[in-house]
Amino acid sequence: MGLMPEPLFETEGKPGGLITTPGATSFGVFSDELADKGFLLTTADDLINWARTGSLMWMTFGLACCAVEMMQSSMPRYDLERFGFAPRGSPRQSDVMIVAGTLCNKMAPALRKVYDQMPEPRYVISMGSCANGGGYYHYSYSVVRGCDRIVPVDIYVPGCPPTAEALVYGVLLLQKKIRRTGTIER
Amino acid sequence: MKRDSIPEVIAFLRDDARCRFGCLIDICGADYPERDERFDVVYHLLSPWLNQRIRVRATARAETPVPSIVELFPAANWFEREAYDLYGILFEGHPDLRRLLTDYGFQGHPLRKDFPLTGFVELRYDDELKRVVYEPVKLMQEYRSFDFLSPWEGMDTAIPGDEKAGEAPDRKGEP
Repeated sequence: MGLMPEPLFETEGKPGGLITTPGATSFGVFSDELADKGFLLTTADDLINWARTGSLMWMTFGLACCAVEMMQSSMPRYDLERFGFAPRGSPRQSDVMIVAGTLCNKMAPALRKVYDQMPEPRYVISMGSCANGGGYYHYSYSVVRGCDRIVPVDIYVPGCPPTAEALVYGVLLLQKKIRRTGTIER
Repeated sequence: MKRDSIPEVIAFLRDDARCRFGCLIDICGADYPERDERFDVVYHLLSPWLNQRIRVRATARAETPVPSIVELFPAANWFEREAYDLYGILFEGHPDLRRLLTDYGFQGHPLRKDFPLTGFVELRYDDELKRVVYEPVKLMQEYRSFDFLSPWEGMDTAIPGDEKAGEAPDRKGEP
């Protein structure tokens, strides 16, 4: 069995099942098994995925007003660090890049360069309508029409700007995606 | 305001005891394509001592340079570079008249009225060349204008569907 058999926010098997807190059921399974046998069995893939989703270091790439919401999501109210999602200053030490804000033409080569510096496996969250598809500045002469023209994007968070909650949900979806993909190679 | 007398006027406004406009707030441009001297160069000054503001305007063509006031106000350096970048207004005597805001190698002056909104080039990462490339603009969908619905336009044009208002058939009795 895997270390995290239950996906996040999955309902329990009961009719009209309650939404459990993340990991609550799996914790029960673990503690029972540990009490019975004294050890846990898992596969290397599951273990690696568990470790990977539990310590996603994100690189701050705040470009515009979305960056304020990005900061807010790592502040005490939403506290992304409880998901192991901690900010990191250098691209060479980070796993996730959050493109928060309008990506200008002048910034695009720098964004790509920073993305290329990140080690594999690397993920990109595109945050806000400007980064998703140009948004308000779609017809502007100086704005890239979506940061997916420059880097491959895993999660799109809509909104102008998205609330911090929306970004937290995007992060959870990214963890779910990593867990679902479940391979060591990206 | 005569274009060539700009430095004298600014120096007077800065130094005269009755003016003392010691703070340069902004230099900006304005484009009026129908005029012969199509550009306005607008100087905003503040006198913190007398609590007064003043606006000085001069006109210019794209070919005729405006005398720079970097000697008088070092703050004018980037303002003049910005005006040069966005309007193509030349400043004579500027120490380093390069582009300031637009992309490296940018062509054209985007705040001119004859500059197309979407510009000429756009960017994309080319996976084969392994770098970001420039391409001519190709839009998936044309720019749409919704002015006829704008409440600021006075609503004198018909809204789509208005023509049906008088001719509604009597629908009683129909299923």
